[in-house]
Amino acid sequence: MLEIKDLYAGIDGKEILRGLTLSVQPGEVHAIMGPNGSGKSTLANVLAGRPRYEVTSGEVLFEGKNLLDMPTEERAREGVFLAMQYPVEIAGVNNIYFLKAALNAVRKHRGDEELDALEFLQLAREKMKLVELDEAFMNRGVNEGFSGGEKKRNEIFQMAVLDPKLAILDETDSGLDIDALRIVAEGVNALRSEAHSVLVITHYQRLLRYLVPDFVHVLANGRIVKSGGKELAEELEQKGYDWVETAEVA
Amino acid sequence: MSAVALDIRERASEAFAKLGWPTPRVEEWRYTNLAPLQRVSWKTDDDTQPTESDASMAGRAAHEWIFVSGRQVSGADAYATSQEPGRWADVERNALVALNTMHMQDGARIEIPANEVVDGFLHLLFIGSGDGIWSHPRNLVVVGRNAQVTIVETYVGTGKYFTNAVTEIVAGDGAVVDHYRIECESLEAYHVGNVFIHEERAANVTSRSIVIGAALARSETHVALAGEGASIALDGLFAGTGTQHLDNRTVIDHIKPHCESLELYKGVLDQHARGVFDGRIIVRPDAQKTVSRQENRNLLLSESAIVDSKPTLEIHNDDVKCNHGSTIGQIEQEPLFYLRSRGIGEDEARSLLIYAFASEIVDRMKIEPVREQIRRSLFQLMPERLPERRGGTR
Repeated sequence: MLEIKDLYAGIDGKEILRGLTLSVQPGEVHAIMGPNGSGKSTLANVLAGRPRYEVTSGEVLFEGKNLLDMPTEERAREGVFLAMQYPVEIAGVNNIYFLKAALNAVRKHRGDEELDALEFLQLAREKMKLVELDEAFMNRGVNEGFSGGEKKRNEIFQMAVLDPKLAILDETDSGLDIDALRIVAEGVNALRSEAHSVLVITHYQRLLRYLVPDFVHVLANGRIVKSGGKELAEELEQKGYDWVETAEVA
Repeated sequence: MSAVALDIRERASEAFAKLGWPTPRVEEWRYTNLAPLQRVSWKTDDDTQPTESDASMAGRAAHEWIFVSGRQVSGADAYATSQEPGRWADVERNALVALNTMHMQDGARIEIPANEVVDGFLHLLFIGSGDGIWSHPRNLVVVGRNAQVTIVETYVGTGKYFTNAVTEIVAGDGAVVDHYRIECESLEAYHVGNVFIHEERAANVTSRSIVIGAALARSETHVALAGEGASIALDGLFAGTGTQHLDNRTVIDHIKPHCESLELYKGVLDQHARGVFDGRIIVRPDAQKTVSRQENRNLLLSESAIVDSKPTLEIHNDDVKCNHGSTIGQIEQEPLFYLRSRGIGEDEARSLLIYAFASEIVDRMKIEPVREQIRRSLFQLMPERLPERRGGTR
């Protein structure tokens, strides 16, 4: 599904990813862990096509297509979803209107019928329950006046509605209390299937207790320095990141 | 014509003879040059006919008055007043007010009796038409003690005409007034509008100014908070494209203590359009416990669009809470990326954000037909920037 080959990328002329290689197959959940500054968020942003991030060399294929050549919206329509670390507030753009426009853009791209207002509301209500978001939120501006936890749950709600093939969670767990963490994990678990892949980017292991990964990778200095199964996350929690960084030097 | 009216016209003539047309050398006219207007030999249209207009809100407004080129062509015989205009507008120092007063034509002359609450809204529709035709509508709205009313002025038209309107609003003790001024003139027309609002004790006035039309528009709102505890909210939205020049000037005079003024003006400018916001707030020595907030935010959609923002505070006592600010910027990258990252195309994402910027002013208007009219006008003004939706919730 996702093939990242020897990727070098950065922002404002500063190189952050230095030869990252990763392969994600359909149905797999991969966790990317690493200390601050290791390039975790850069990876997420490069995959989603955030402005200012520049790829200097390497390749990213999504279902065999060159992802880096696509504008941001096309990546989304192809089925890549980024749950953002800091979802922005957009006053004046109605949440439900925005999400319906997004879903219909995605459906049109896939050759599916667009949903009318009623069909969309039905779908939205169902998914809202999944993340325990109150319907009142839907008629506000996008993320307007949402608490930190509500913003993260809104990201997962949008993900559930858009039904992406590859979901990238960029530190979705940061700043969440345990209840919100559980809700977020359940939302993602509900999406898990043979056709869906998830890339969980996180600093801590706690989200991975609820959202159990198939693979764990440790990112340091812009490259994956260690890969393993879910037990690697626990090992990291006990030994800290110094352990892998030292291991890399040795 | 009454003796009072004759007298005021004479005074206005004298004042205009002294003042002359304003030039950019005058500080208040630094950014706007009326020279193109002075080259035209303007005439009044003495043979106006009733005209159909889709800006009419007949059936939705409680009462509607329609004026064509400054002459009343239809209107309700309701809330008529015997008071004469002229007491509140500044004829001596404001040349365009003097010009209006010397050529004063029809307009609403309304008085809401004390304690009366008017249901719905009153609509004043001004239709301009004809190249080289000028009009000088003059409105007077007197709102009695504890009375309540909503008044909408709409300016539309076709051709290269010139509207020079003056509206005086007097809000008595405890009166509540919601005033809308929708300037959607022909894109070839010239428009100057002066609004004077005089508030007595504990009066509560909201005045909303929409400036979308005209090749050149100058919109002035003057507020005198002349009674303790009076409050004013000024909302403004100006949106221009092509070579439109839209100049907004507001003056809020805090005369008495415990008054409050809240002001938010937003500008959206595309192509070679130029916008001006000149907002002045005066707090007099007696106006202790004044609360005043003024904000001007501008969105530039092209490299060659210009906006001049000049907020000014003049505070003459130290027991006040005032803040003001202004911003000029482009569409922000973060929200744009967010919308696109969900699959929304770049053009549609931009139009959502432009509309969102303007909608802050539109959405807090209380009259749905007015909100609808403004949305329609915005979409017509900037069809590439704001493609009309295929329906659905906004």
